[in-house]
Amino acid sequence: MRTGIFHETFKSDERMWAVPAVRLWLLIGALVLFTMPLWSGDYLLAMACIVGIHIVATLGLNITTGNAGLISLSHGAFLGVGCYTVAWLGHRGVPFYLTLPAAGLSTACLGVIVGLPSLRVKGVYLAIATLAAHFILTFVFREWVSVTGGVPGTTIPRATLGDFVFVGDRRNFYLIYGCAVILAIAARNLARTYIGRAFVAVRDRDISAEILGVDLLRTKLQAFAVGAFYAGVAGGLLGYFYGAITPEYFVLTLSVFYLAAVIVGGLGTVLGSILGAAFMTFVPEALRLLVNASAHWFPGVAGLLLPMGQAVFGLLIIVFLVCEPHGLSAIWARVRRVIHLWPFRT
Amino acid sequence: MQDRSETASANDRRLPATVGLALAVDAVELRFGGIRALRGVSFSAEPGRITAVIGPNGAGKTSVFNTISGFYKPASGRVMLGGVDITRLPIHARAARGLARTFQNIALFHGLSVLENIKLGGHHTMRAGLLSAMAYSPWARREELALRAEVERKVIDFLEIDHIRHLPVGVLPYGLQKRVELARALAMQPQVLLLDEPVAGMNREETEDMARFILDVQEEWGVTVLLVEHDMGMVMDISSKVVVLNFGEVIASGTPDEVRKHPGVIQAYLGAESGVPA
Repeated sequence: MRTGIFHETFKSDERMWAVPAVRLWLLIGALVLFTMPLWSGDYLLAMACIVGIHIVATLGLNITTGNAGLISLSHGAFLGVGCYTVAWLGHRGVPFYLTLPAAGLSTACLGVIVGLPSLRVKGVYLAIATLAAHFILTFVFREWVSVTGGVPGTTIPRATLGDFVFVGDRRNFYLIYGCAVILAIAARNLARTYIGRAFVAVRDRDISAEILGVDLLRTKLQAFAVGAFYAGVAGGLLGYFYGAITPEYFVLTLSVFYLAAVIVGGLGTVLGSILGAAFMTFVPEALRLLVNASAHWFPGVAGLLLPMGQAVFGLLIIVFLVCEPHGLSAIWARVRRVIHLWPFRT
Repeated sequence: MQDRSETASANDRRLPATVGLALAVDAVELRFGGIRALRGVSFSAEPGRITAVIGPNGAGKTSVFNTISGFYKPASGRVMLGGVDITRLPIHARAARGLARTFQNIALFHGLSVLENIKLGGHHTMRAGLLSAMAYSPWARREELALRAEVERKVIDFLEIDHIRHLPVGVLPYGLQKRVELARALAMQPQVLLLDEPVAGMNREETEDMARFILDVQEEWGVTVLLVEHDMGMVMDISSKVVVLNFGEVIASGTPDEVRKHPGVIQAYLGAESGVPA
């Protein structure tokens, strides 16, 4: 525990970043992040953009699943809904600062419908119910040709602000991380208000939450709507980033990817969403590079090494979960505690 | 707790200026399949006083509580809160009417800190919208800070738990967890407080602390308290009225002294007419 911090008012105690050192680190982090397009290479920048989109989507799923405890397997399909909303509106000349919120809202409305079974079923049963929603949605993506372009896919007009066109990774980077920062702060805000507390209450003990006046119906649907909103915005960003999309992108694996990111990162924390999304994107990529590099030395087995990389990735996740079931954010919290107490030990 | 000479004074105990609402259970029938868990149970808890429900295991005490809370819908009969019929009211809507309760096996939220748990008691008073909360708008902030000040002043100081407010509830010892659960119920600013075995599993010292807190709540807040408890010493000491259930029926009710001498009660507890239930 950090010592030497004394709050004299409830107001200062309730602040989001109540500790000066934390604010300093955040400032440094923000500076590094927003100068990144200036110093990083193209490859790293493209990766960073993808991570940014995944962060937005993971933040959403972490609210639905991490905070409110409602397992959703339709999150990947929600990205599709957002993406196609942006495509459809974009083709009609609607600017990005309206299409992105619209993508979020349309997906949130859908999220409420998909979330309706959560009132009756929990846990694994809810996962199956949302799985059904996933298949229905992906079916619609393939068949509703006038909006989604069917299997061949559709293009998404670039985001523009006046004469400024968000084309290329460098410009999209700012669009993506602008949204990511706003939405991450919104997620933190939600967690420290009564709505966020109600989410956790519903997850931990829904019976006693109800006694306290938490309307389960309303709260669960809110959790689904907020999570879907994030997915919708992430889907819209995805569309602007790639410029074209096919229904193939929104496969079940994407939903599982986000679920894994939430679990690896840490349930119910914003930091966990960020770390989880980064881990799930960078680690397979790093392993792939490693495999490519080592192919030089083992020319005969290069074909075997690639699947090996994936197996190692799977193993890594398992090792992480066994060693720290609360995810990367808990590991970070432990590291921080050790640093604060140094040279003493807990 | 052993000294029973105080018991008589429980009824004469001074009431505060404002008292909570009356709670009445009126001819409640509750059936699970062929089993009649409650057979026309009627009793009332007077405003601002402590009423205890006792009875052997399986007598239907917790069924009564769950019916009042709304988890069980009675086949017939009514639950009246301050003269209003709440039998058909959804569970969460009863919080705003002033009905609070604690659970026999502590039902705190382990993912939250002590303070956050207690703040949840104020949930039904919060009005900020979803967008307002996500933006932490001035309005949402004012509401949150007002809630914080309220629970700090009224509940956390009162129950002497200010030193643990930022701890996760899972690390607290049993007695403190019970106290935090009481704090959460008090943060609801209840008219009627249901306590399901508030001192179960506690040692002597913790029991005495809890009894003191319950008395303070009743005296300073004027809350109507209805409690289920097996600790007869405490029940007889702090209650002004005792209702005895057996096999889903009220077999006796009255002051602790009346109940203690009631032959039916002695029969139910000891199976013979010998001595005092203790």
